[in-house]
Amino acid sequence: MSVTLPSSTRTAGGVRRRRRGPGSGLAVLPLLLFTGLCFGLPFGAVLYGAVTRTDATTGGSSLTGEHVRRSLQGPYLDSLAGSVQLSGLTAVIGSLAGLFIAQAVVTSRRQWLRSATLTASGVLANFGGVPLAFAFIATAGISGVLTQLADLDSLGWNLYSFTGLSVVYLYFLTPLMVLTIVPALDGLRPQWREAAQNTGASTWQYWRMVGLPVLAPSLLGGFVLLFGSAFAAHATAAALVGGSVPLVTLKIADALSGNVLVGQENVALALSLDMILIAGLVMAVYLPLQRRSARWLR
Amino acid sequence: MFRPTRPVAAALLGAAVLTTVTACGAAPDNAAAGTVGAKASASAADFGGMQALVEAAEKEGELNVIALPPDWANYGEIIKAFEATYKIKVNSENPDAASADEIAAVKARKGQKRAPDVLDLGIAFARSGAAENLFAPYKVEAFDKIPAEQKDAQARWYNDYGGYVSIGCDAKRIKNCPQTFADLLKPEYKGKVALNGNPTKSGSAFGGVYAAALANKGTFGDIQPGIDYFAELKKRGNFIPVESTPATVEKGETPISIDWDYLNAGYADQFRGKGVDWKVAVPSDGVYAQYYSQAVNKQAPHPAAARLWMEFLYSTEGQNLWLKGYARPVLLPVMTAGGTADKSFVAKLPQVEGTPTFPSSAELDKAKAVLAEKWDKALS
Repeated sequence: MSVTLPSSTRTAGGVRRRRRGPGSGLAVLPLLLFTGLCFGLPFGAVLYGAVTRTDATTGGSSLTGEHVRRSLQGPYLDSLAGSVQLSGLTAVIGSLAGLFIAQAVVTSRRQWLRSATLTASGVLANFGGVPLAFAFIATAGISGVLTQLADLDSLGWNLYSFTGLSVVYLYFLTPLMVLTIVPALDGLRPQWREAAQNTGASTWQYWRMVGLPVLAPSLLGGFVLLFGSAFAAHATAAALVGGSVPLVTLKIADALSGNVLVGQENVALALSLDMILIAGLVMAVYLPLQRRSARWLR
Repeated sequence: MFRPTRPVAAALLGAAVLTTVTACGAAPDNAAAGTVGAKASASAADFGGMQALVEAAEKEGELNVIALPPDWANYGEIIKAFEATYKIKVNSENPDAASADEIAAVKARKGQKRAPDVLDLGIAFARSGAAENLFAPYKVEAFDKIPAEQKDAQARWYNDYGGYVSIGCDAKRIKNCPQTFADLLKPEYKGKVALNGNPTKSGSAFGGVYAAALANKGTFGDIQPGIDYFAELKKRGNFIPVESTPATVEKGETPISIDWDYLNAGYADQFRGKGVDWKVAVPSDGVYAQYYSQAVNKQAPHPAAARLWMEFLYSTEGQNLWLKGYARPVLLPVMTAGGTADKSFVAKLPQVEGTPTFPSSAELDKAKAVLAEKWDKALS
């Protein structure tokens, strides 16, 4: 996931980017090799498994659309929808919350607040999996400390639900957004704001016509990053809600590595393929927009 | 990817075969006693008796096991006892793996030294693995004593130990511990009842749903009443979807947990000193027992050690070690009749009335298909 990191030292009329030289094709070769090996190969394996069937007795394989078809119906389709819903919702809330926190930190004159927030965000953004689930179970589960103290039960709180899972996800998604968006907010030059004020713009007008359009690609980039993180998360959800919130990662785990369902590996691969396609679609929305206004943050 | 061309592969294979043959030929004694090589031997007699098997296994010196959690059915002690009895080092890989992972490991590491030698599988995986020709047929000395419906006729797999679906309950937090599935629906258990996993993934949680089906006029062929039962439990707010683990049990987050009786009974021991009074009851309205199965990897890198491990597991000592972990070894009825079962361990088992019956392969497959289709919807 690429997030445009502005360099605030470079001025508008500064160094012009070097045109592509003849040697640059060679320089990019290691990257291409790396991508081919670490992304292309697994993708190929997923694709192959998703569209073929191996006969148990003869060992021969044949083409089939059955796995993909099954991955797009019944409980599997529900799980895809559930994942998109959960990731979409948490990514939107996480992006907004992260933006406001980051803006507060950036405009605050207290340097310690800034470094404390960024450090905490760095830690929290990487806090996930079963430890996170258990931390929440201990604090906000049915017999959790907070649940008992604040009597959350009577307020209708239930950690083991869609809402509960969203809250847990926001716990690591919001700090991730803060980390992502702070550099972009730093890139908004004070001069732009002064210029807007000098020409008689209100704060709202400044944000609507200058601030947000310039921030848009970074915001969207953050959203895509958050969506991806939530979409791919597995361990936390597995420990918290089991099968009661349908999620595609849980379904893949059931099919791939379980004690109950036999011979579902290829459906799991088809589900992975669906996931890659959805992630690709989300990226496809983000990339052109990013190109359009990223130049302001150079 | 680089692949050796065919002649090269053939040469390599030839070399491997040659090495094996030489190794066998170099075996000092019993080699003449009609041995067929460790990989093909189907009983201790093929080695020329137990003593020869032990020697061959100790010569290999190592055994690769997979998916054997030390706190599950006393496997920790079993492995230690095996290592203490024979000069063989046990390499225990990925203790928390599932049956599907075991099969995947067998397939992915065909011909490698790191492949698992022996497997402890859910019954469906034992059957499918045998159908895929992954296991070596091997008859332990006690093979004939295993009931016919609990073994493969060709000895590619046979049941090892099992238990009943039970209700574990933290008596410090719950005033009246529930004894049956009907009890669990009572309002006093609101937000208290958990399974130990997702039944589309965890074998014991699946057993829980199956037992609930039997408790609600379901049959082996019809698991739907069990799914409906849990949907009702969830609707009443009694069911919590969090997976019960030793941690959640100790913390009191899953004060009532439906799980195998040997795991629940094990928790009782584990938590006695920690202020948790864990009680175990096998619900009389939904009696469901399930056994796991043992199999030898056909491509086992340590074929003799693998077979010796099997002999050890089905010896009186091995069976009693499982029993000590509250699991019911497959030979328990024979051993009880013969007086070789350790009475103190038998006395500690949760009480069950009647003898268990088992679903057929077709019924099991059907139940799983229905569960995979309906569970999510019913519970969300």
